[in-house]
Amino acid sequence: MNNIDWAEIGQATLDTLTMLGGSMVLTVALGLPLGVILFLTGKGQMLENRVANGLLSLLVNILRSVPFVILLIVMIPLTVALVGTSLGVQGAIPPLVAGAAPFFARLVETALREVDKGVIEASFAMGARRRQVVLGALLPEAMPGIIAAATVTAIALVSYTAMAGVVGAGGLGDLAIRFGYQRFQTDVMVVTVVLLLILVQALQMVGDTVVRRVSHR
Amino acid sequence: MPDAVIAFEAASKTYAPKANAKGGGHAALSEVSLSVQAGEVFGVIGASGAGKSTLIRLINGLEKPTGGRVVVDGDDVAALGVEGLRALRRRVGMIFQHFNLLSSKTVADNVAFPLKLAGRPAVEVKARTAELLARVGLSDQATKYPAQLSGGQKQRVGIARALATGPKILLCDEATSALDPETTEQILDLVSNLNRELGLTIVLITHEMDVVRRVCDRVAVLEAGRVVETGPVEDVFLHPASATTRRFVREADGEPAAEAVLAGRVVRLTFRGEATYKPVLGQVARATGVDYSILGGRIHRLRETPYGQLTLALTGGDVDAAIARFQAEGVRVDPVLAGEGA
Ligand SMILES: Nc1ncnc2c1ncn2[C@@H]1O[C@H](COP(=O)(O)OP(=O)(O)OP(=O)(O)O)[C@@H](O)[C@H]1O
Ligand SMILES: [Mg+2]
Repeated sequence: MNNIDWAEIGQATLDTLTMLGGSMVLTVALGLPLGVILFLTGKGQMLENRVANGLLSLLVNILRSVPFVILLIVMIPLTVALVGTSLGVQGAIPPLVAGAAPFFARLVETALREVDKGVIEASFAMGARRRQVVLGALLPEAMPGIIAAATVTAIALVSYTAMAGVVGAGGLGDLAIRFGYQRFQTDVMVVTVVLLLILVQALQMVGDTVVRRVSHR
Repeated sequence: MPDAVIAFEAASKTYAPKANAKGGGHAALSEVSLSVQAGEVFGVIGASGAGKSTLIRLINGLEKPTGGRVVVDGDDVAALGVEGLRALRRRVGMIFQHFNLLSSKTVADNVAFPLKLAGRPAVEVKARTAELLARVGLSDQATKYPAQLSGGQKQRVGIARALATGPKILLCDEATSALDPETTEQILDLVSNLNRELGLTIVLITHEMDVVRRVCDRVAVLEAGRVVETGPVEDVFLHPASATTRRFVREADGEPAAEAVLAGRVVRLTFRGEATYKPVLGQVARATGVDYSILGGRIHRLRETPYGQLTLALTGGDVDAAIARFQAEGVRVDPVLAGEGA
């Protein structure tokens, strides 16, 4: 194990966590409202709008059908325009968000569909405004599902960050490819894979715990 | 009728036909006219799909009529704007078959929810919530979540929540249909008490005649979107005019139809109030020489009023004189056609 550069592994771990944290915050910030709008404009819902729903749905499907590696490359001009560079951790975040936010939005939409319609109706019967129904009843009732969705999304982002090495983003996945695969340093590859596994396990455990805490069914 | 707090004026409701359903667009309610008086418990009974939920949802504007009007507490519901409708809904509480509590909120927060929606100050919300929980006997459950409660307790939370904004009307959509008989009785008692103590006007929807018999003053019978019979519960229950009503009454009594009778005239006697306990039957038989065999009977209470109904086959003696004497004693006599039953 003497050919393992622990400082480099430390840096790579930090890069992965930075990419994950940054893209996760933005994914939730964009994906949650998108999911709510997808749900509310859907058939039979309170803001039913076929055109808006159809367009948003198409956008989401396009982003979700493009393989992430392709997304990384075709987004380069947009990424430069947004964050000034297409390289490094910074350059990885826009494509990560573009890949994960639509995925998260769909999961949020599904979680909202699970909410008992009777509860929504009861809220209206109590004199709630639409906004109050969404913020005071719909989202709290869907919270366990939304947190489970965030967990799945965060774990998907971990594997996306590994691919982001293609644009020189750094991180553990990048390390595994450069040392482990290209230079046949199997031990480096094993260490990075173990670290990624620990990260995924930790995310799943935290997610499951929070779901259990907010679920009172 | 000056005291009507709810008036249906030829109200109809046709749901927009579903895109994939053929035919479609049949009326869930057809020209329903009825009025509910302030302070009464008004029952609506009907089979599944008769339009009961549609009817009650027109009252608080969860559905809009496609014809006619529904006037509630002086407002034409369909004409109200967003804020007007919200104000009306604070004056009309509603409880549901499946309770529809927020599973993510505690009992206390569920009860506080309508108050927060109305923007009441926190101090008032807290005091009022405590008062409401005490009223429904759940003060010690305040910090629990709905999933930790029994069905009866959940419906009590539903009732406390419905009362939060101090409504004058309470709508109950099959509020006891998911409960066992004992719990049903407790919830019905609670509803009756609210009617008496708070002067609440109550519209109660059910498919069980027994519920109507226990708590309602008047009842409307709904069949395929139309009101087929309406009136005081005593009248509708004891002398049902429509086949639908007779079926509900028989279900409530669990009484088989009278079997074929070989001889004599079959009549149904209805005793109400005082007459129920008088020894009329023997007196009349002795005086007129008529023999009777009892084919079916029941003695019950309609809320506070005792009543009895007997189906008899009268033979020998002067049957007409016997009937006249029964009537003179305040007993109603109806002929029973063969096969119609008791
Ligand atoms: N939102 C809706 N869209 C289309 N049709 C509806 C809708 N709600 C009810 N209906 C139809 O209207 C009719 C009356 O329904 P409603 O729910 O009022 O009956 P109900 O008497 O309450 O029945 P139940 O005892 O089953 O609750 C039914 O044929 C039903 O299918
Ligand atoms: Mg119904």
